[in-house]
Amino acid sequence: MMTTIHIPTPLRQYAGKVPSVEVRAGTVAEALSGLVSKHPDLRRHLYTDDGKLRSFVNVYLNDEDVRYLQKEATAIKDGDSISIVPSIAGGR
Amino acid sequence: MLKVKTEDYEALRRHGEETYPHECCGVLLGQMDGDVRRVSSIARCGNTRTDSPQNRYNIDPRELVRIQREGRERAEDIIGFYHSHPDHPARWSPTDLAEAHWFGCSYVITSVEKGKAAVTNSFELTGSDENDKKLVDEKIEVV
Repeated sequence: MMTTIHIPTPLRQYAGKVPSVEVRAGTVAEALSGLVSKHPDLRRHLYTDDGKLRSFVNVYLNDEDVRYLQKEATAIKDGDSISIVPSIAGGR
Repeated sequence: MLKVKTEDYEALRRHGEETYPHECCGVLLGQMDGDVRRVSSIARCGNTRTDSPQNRYNIDPRELVRIQREGRERAEDIIGFYHSHPDHPARWSPTDLAEAHWFGCSYVITSVEKGKAAVTNSFELTGSDENDKKLVDEKIEVV
């Protein structure tokens, strides 16, 4: 399946300065792998040194957090899109 | 630099007054033009830190996904965020920095003193990754 991955503003400089990237993938893992293959500079911003998604990187398949689906094994259907959304939090 | 319309500037400050004594939070949408971030709209968000809202905020990523999608339809990007500090200075805290990950975006903080918005400051998240990130003072131009 071709799927669109929406790139958040802080990561676009590592993804050819585009707001989204199209990849061919059957799962979220394949899609993210395709993304970092096309744009290797993204890898360290998305993944730790041991290959895990950084804790503050949220990955949504359409409107669902993949952590509550099948995580990176979540299957992609025609028309699905993936959003990468770094966390927003803080406080005094 | 952050450029923001008077109506949006006043709205984000008013949000902090409405949620006092809890922290408010929201998203700044607009365009990035080199070193200038121009706000064209703001989006109020809920604070999911119901366990400690007087000194912590968190925006549900699902809300960000929706805001981002709606922004795309208006050719707007997420260019920053705002939150309030009830009875506390409008300066970033160690928690604010630790939880900041949107490099190149503005983080706006308003001190709300006894229910009234006082000072509003803005900071740009600079650096290349989690190891060298900094929140740097930036000018707010209210237009």
